[in-house]
Amino acid sequence: MKIAVVLKQVPDLVEGLEIDVSGKAVDPGTVRYILSESDDHALEEALLIKERVGGQVEVYSVDTGDAKETLITALAKGADHAILVNAELESSPDNHTAAQVFAPIFRERPFDLLLMGVRAIDDLDGSLGGLIAGLLDLPYVGLIRKVQVGAEPRSVVVEKEFPGGYAMELAAILPAVLGIQAAEQPPRYVPITRLRQMMKTAVVEELLVPTPHPHPLVVERLFKPEEGAGAAMLSGSPDQLSRQIADLIVERHLLR
Amino acid sequence: MGTLQSPVIPEMPGVLFPEIASAEEKFRTCIQCGVCSASCPMSDAMAFPPRKAVRMLLDGRLDEVVAGNTPWLCVSCHTCSARCPSQLLISDGLFPALRAAVMAAGKPLDQDLQTALQKTYLYGNPMGESPNKRADWSKTSGVPVPILSQLRRPVDVLWIVECYPSFDPRGQAISRLLARILYLLRVDFAILGREERCIGDCEWLAGERGLFEMLIERNIETLGKYHFKEILMTDPHAYRSLRRIYPSMGGRYAVKHYVEFLAERLDQLKPLLKKKVNATVTYHDSCCLGRKMSLYEEPRALLRAIPGLKLIEMSPNRESSICCGGGGSTIYLDHFIQEHMKDRLADRRVRQAAATGANVLAIACPFEPARFEDGAKMTGNEGKLLVRDIIELLAESMELT
Amino acid sequence: MNKDVVVVAEHFRGQLNEITFELLGKGREVAQGLGGKLIVFLLGEGAHRFTGELGAADRVWVAEAPEFREFVSEAYASWIGPKLKEAAPRLVLLGSTSVGLDLLGLLSTRCGFPCLDTCVRLEAKNGAVIATSQVYGGKVFAEVLLPEETTLVAAVPGSFAPEAGRVSGNPEVHALTVPPGQPASRVAFRKLIEPPPGDVDITRVSVLVGVGRGMQNAENLSLAQDLSAALGGAVCASRPVIDQGWLPLTRQVGKSGMKVKPKLYLAFGISGAPEHLEGMKQSETIIAVNTDPGAPIFSVAHYGAVVDALDLLPLLIEEIHNLSMKKAS
Repeated sequence: MKIAVVLKQVPDLVEGLEIDVSGKAVDPGTVRYILSESDDHALEEALLIKERVGGQVEVYSVDTGDAKETLITALAKGADHAILVNAELESSPDNHTAAQVFAPIFRERPFDLLLMGVRAIDDLDGSLGGLIAGLLDLPYVGLIRKVQVGAEPRSVVVEKEFPGGYAMELAAILPAVLGIQAAEQPPRYVPITRLRQMMKTAVVEELLVPTPHPHPLVVERLFKPEEGAGAAMLSGSPDQLSRQIADLIVERHLLR
Repeated sequence: MGTLQSPVIPEMPGVLFPEIASAEEKFRTCIQCGVCSASCPMSDAMAFPPRKAVRMLLDGRLDEVVAGNTPWLCVSCHTCSARCPSQLLISDGLFPALRAAVMAAGKPLDQDLQTALQKTYLYGNPMGESPNKRADWSKTSGVPVPILSQLRRPVDVLWIVECYPSFDPRGQAISRLLARILYLLRVDFAILGREERCIGDCEWLAGERGLFEMLIERNIETLGKYHFKEILMTDPHAYRSLRRIYPSMGGRYAVKHYVEFLAERLDQLKPLLKKKVNATVTYHDSCCLGRKMSLYEEPRALLRAIPGLKLIEMSPNRESSICCGGGGSTIYLDHFIQEHMKDRLADRRVRQAAATGANVLAIACPFEPARFEDGAKMTGNEGKLLVRDIIELLAESMELT
Repeated sequence: MNKDVVVVAEHFRGQLNEITFELLGKGREVAQGLGGKLIVFLLGEGAHRFTGELGAADRVWVAEAPEFREFVSEAYASWIGPKLKEAAPRLVLLGSTSVGLDLLGLLSTRCGFPCLDTCVRLEAKNGAVIATSQVYGGKVFAEVLLPEETTLVAAVPGSFAPEAGRVSGNPEVHALTVPPGQPASRVAFRKLIEPPPGDVDITRVSVLVGVGRGMQNAENLSLAQDLSAALGGAVCASRPVIDQGWLPLTRQVGKSGMKVKPKLYLAFGISGAPEHLEGMKQSETIIAVNTDPGAPIFSVAHYGAVVDALDLLPLLIEEIHNLSMKKAS
């Protein structure tokens, strides 16, 4: 089973982010990048499938200056091959641009399964998986929480999440693209010793591809909501706060 | 009481037992006396208490030990090694190596522990807070707390605040009080602020050697940029690593824990201790300050200096003191340990404290307030036994609270 | 391209989802602003029975086939795509949901239409369409001027008023013929997985005590349970708490969990990621407690307090007990 995984670096919200002077983009100087959480889950699910049925896991990431450590971490976790894609882009591409980078690559390097996170925090223009699937004319299912190899050859059985705790079991004929919501187990840990060793020895393929020229959506402006604009903020010591909150409960006739 | 002399602490080699194979050699001198297991507060919960674990190591059956829960139940209290006639490093050597072996084998880790390690790797603290917020606690301390990078001059004392005292609300409150005490003592000090990263003691004990090495390298590089006479620590775990392991990795500094630092300045401190603190206090010797670093008399000297305060010893104390249960990385493993052991160590210790008739349990480690306060609730001592850091008691007497 | 707005209706387990009505209401408003028609695309089996609820629309295209009984992105997309290309509307509205999100990307590249996700505001102004979407966990909003071509927009459930979509009317119903054996789909529905039998249906409880990562560990949940017992309510949680295994799936509130509208929602240690807010922001009264004054939960809460939930809860529980005892005596 040949499984390809696309990993995307996204701004780390722990560090906070600021909007640049143009008001149309995030200020890259204030941003630190980490792997998108659901992509980490996609990688984990790929590794689990490989552990169960054998095969190869290939990880890809668009070079935005800091993707190498993410790719090497994936190798340390058990991925077989890592490819850093250089499309000579100035900044982190939107998903339509990324889809146009990856579609030609995957036409040359076919996969059985292509996995990636169903959604990243900086997604504005739809799930990358769906966009790539549309370009390659392959089936796509998103919000996946479980992937099993099907009883029939060249098929997988997946569980797709729906609200209210419901899920749908679907069978997909391969090759297929899946948008992962959560892996069947939390993404595994890589001991830093192993990671540091691999940073010295691991080989990452660098792939140069033509720069695509899609027409991205025009963001007129980015803005932050006014802080706490919604809530009437209560203040005081925990004692005083507990009394104020209790009063609010009593006012609403919710005390038994 | 004469001048207190800081005990001579031998240095430990940097990063112990890279492979279990070399551990085997060191452990051949084990005489299987069983003092370690008898002393270990967690041995009842372990499938392979220390003596058995060493036996399994020498028999080449460590994979059985690694497969179970034993590696994760050690609280790094050091009682085993302190009493071992062969002076084997069990909690500081064998158990971290077992944990490293679990990680190297790719076995799943407890999620709380994994998250703490990942956050420490990314942000230099296990809480996952941005390093930019590391000095936020100092903004409301009421006294200047200079950041070393902004000071642009040598300083007498570099205060390494550490993670809990920087980010945990109770820890932050204690840090603010210490800042005020240092100010009143006219100590020329500064903190690292956003350049500070975890010293790494807990990460080492968790078996994350690579993370510990990374933190050591980073911290030595940062400290190398500045000129200071000595380093002041509030966290006993970090204090221990900085004094005992960093030197062999190239980081050699004059390091003091606050109990030593303030005890040296008792003559200056005494006139400032104006207010009577009418409390009967019993002091808990933490594993790091106590068994590992032999700082027993300094904290007691500070407590005795407080007017109105009556000091009572609890039993056991000093070298025989029992751990609060938060040592090493087990502070991240509370949920896991609760599943294996109902009688929490912190509860046991609180009962011992309450038995003295004291109304205050004094401590000097930032892991302890929450654990002992929980313990007080669980043992029905809430309100009867208050938990106070020595700094809080000094500050009360100095009317800083 | 004309000035019409097409809404792709969603139904699940025999009912139209509320997002459909939200999209109808907003779609109607935008269509009127543009001077076009509001069309609903309805796929299903026996879907005709829904047409009576679609009064807000001018026209309904119904496609019936057994393959459309359950939502399968492949089957739906292969049918909707060509029809949209043929119809060339100005705007296609979808839910940013298990249904819509799958279709959004697929249709965008298959049909060559630009697309926008996580839309929370939409308006037509002088022939142009302006959309506002949320990104970075709801911390940043992006205002986008939609291009002058057929564009797909997926809206976050709870952004628009469903009442505006529940109006009576008499739309033209066009039944589209689906030839047998169509659509040929490479993805097949096998079965629906029900949630594990729950102890409590949190959608029917009037007081909910929500817990998030700020509660720090499973033991602290007992505080939330004590409070909810004192108020005769139930404990629910954001996704990270459920993923950690502290509470069962049936207690999850949010995009992929339950949608709740209790009289009172108390949020402790919940930061307010958009996925969670989607599930509870329509609660009558929301009181949020978080140590981070910038937590997005405060943007939907009615009252907020910046304090550690673990410090506040014991005091609040005691206060409620005292008040309850006073009330009883």
